[in-house]
Amino acid sequence: MELVLFLVTAAIALVGAVAMLVSRNAVHSALFLLLNFGAIAVLFLLLRAPFLFAIQVSVYAGAIMVLFLFVVMLLGAERAEDGRDELFWQTPLALLLGVVLLVEAVMIAVRGGGRETGADTAPVPITGAETFGAPEEIGRVLFTRYLLPFEVAGIILLVAIVGVVVLSRRAMAAEEA
Amino acid sequence: MHIVIIFLQVLITILAVSTGFAYLTLFERRMLARFQNRVGPNRAGPWGIFQPLADAVKLFFKEDIIPSAADKGVYLLAPALAVIPALIIWAVIPMGCWNIAGDYQACFAAPGADGAGFYNILQIADVNIGVLYLMAVTSIGVYGITLAGWASNSKYSMLGGIRSAAQLISYELALGTAILGAVMMADTLSTREMVFRQAGLWFAVPQFLAFVVFLISATAELVRTPFDLVEAEQELTCGYNTEYGSMKFALFFMSEYVKMIALSAIGVTLFLGGWHFPGLKLLGEVVSGAAGAGVATVVVGIVSLLSFLLKVLVLLFLLVWLRASWPRVRYDMLMSIGWKWLLPLAFINVVVTAVVVGLAPEMNPLVQGIILLIIGVAVLWGATFLSEKQRSNLKVAAKAAVAPTGGRQ
Repeated sequence: MELVLFLVTAAIALVGAVAMLVSRNAVHSALFLLLNFGAIAVLFLLLRAPFLFAIQVSVYAGAIMVLFLFVVMLLGAERAEDGRDELFWQTPLALLLGVVLLVEAVMIAVRGGGRETGADTAPVPITGAETFGAPEEIGRVLFTRYLLPFEVAGIILLVAIVGVVVLSRRAMAAEEA
Repeated sequence: MHIVIIFLQVLITILAVSTGFAYLTLFERRMLARFQNRVGPNRAGPWGIFQPLADAVKLFFKEDIIPSAADKGVYLLAPALAVIPALIIWAVIPMGCWNIAGDYQACFAAPGADGAGFYNILQIADVNIGVLYLMAVTSIGVYGITLAGWASNSKYSMLGGIRSAAQLISYELALGTAILGAVMMADTLSTREMVFRQAGLWFAVPQFLAFVVFLISATAELVRTPFDLVEAEQELTCGYNTEYGSMKFALFFMSEYVKMIALSAIGVTLFLGGWHFPGLKLLGEVVSGAAGAGVATVVVGIVSLLSFLLKVLVLLFLLVWLRASWPRVRYDMLMSIGWKWLLPLAFINVVVTAVVVGLAPEMNPLVQGIILLIIGVAVLWGATFLSEKQRSNLKVAAKAAVAPTGGRQ
């Protein structure tokens, strides 16, 4: 039962990802990406991590994709422009990097991540199916074990927010002058 | 067996919610008519109770059109994307407490200890992140409206869609932050436990500020008057659903009203004590003493459901009342209310709640509630004072700007 659900969801996620890449219409691409996010949210649910499911849906599907769509619609940029785009070198580079990532993933799946180095990269042990991915557990881990990465991510986001304010202020000042 | 019960729960909930939608339209039309000193629709059956039926038949037989310039796939997908979130949001809302796995007392006991002896058929899914689920589903509700606006390929629809996206994103923040206050009080994300924690004192008292912010931003999330710029008739004909007709329009209509009931239900669950009603436990004891525990479970189940529905009805009436009383706000006002007033107020509430609950976690809940209530009312009063002052300043500035050309020095 679980395997069937996993296979179906994984297939939907893959179809969504590929369709997102090949679709010529930006809004369609955004919708396929949404499908992909939804499928990944269901995968979290299959891992018995409803908290991650809710976060995946509300952050990626509910906030980020809405903003994407909003900008695409506002600029009327949904139609792909004719002719080759200037970033032609991106496709082979993306393919190369994708292959590297795939090899890495396969290696980790086959050999197990970070075991021989003995570093602190081993996943947090799952103590029980009930507490795994529970909000309390994630909060505790974020504020103890992964405090530094968490704070760094917070600072980066703050910098981005301040940057947006500065840039929009400058544009407004230029308009007034 | 378990699957069959869940299937029945889902089926009955969806049917009940759809019927609720139909009669909510009648309720609203009758109430609006009363507010405007009219009679309202009263021809179809006694008190007009067949009016929703007549409306449905009318919509069914309208011509089904797809505009030739529309993006067909997305155009057809949009109504479905609008209705689905409005329906699935009901999964985690406890609509009462009818424990079919044991007796009624489990309803009033702390959640967690009793795994086997508790199966509440009036709540479909009891998950540990219920409140987050509510937020997640509310946040994907914007897709239906936005995509409908884009896919129709018409100016009015497009403008309505963009407006709705901007509005929903803005008010979601205030809504979420207001809910955060209630979550901090309850110390849980589970809706069942949320209701349990309100057995003594409804969160509308200690979280008064959050409740006010919640009500205002919920009205904006529902794009209802005074925040219905998305479908401002004078400017946008009908907004995002201008190009939709027949049953596809009916789906948008339905999603709007089902969301209205759903957000009222969320408000009841988080702030008005869910299905709790003063004396409900006593009633269970009395009935249990007189007729046995089995009957008491049924009675508590039905009375808790009725109490839940009554509270939802009160909030729905409030929404209709708002619509009858307020004119539409301007677009810049809409944005400034959301970002400059509601969001800071919600943040203040979170900080105050954190300080009060954190400093004295063992405080008597009633005393704590009164302290928080006083702070909340004071903050609201301060905000009203500030906004009045700002408005009078603007008026003075506007007069000063006009004066030289007016010729009166």
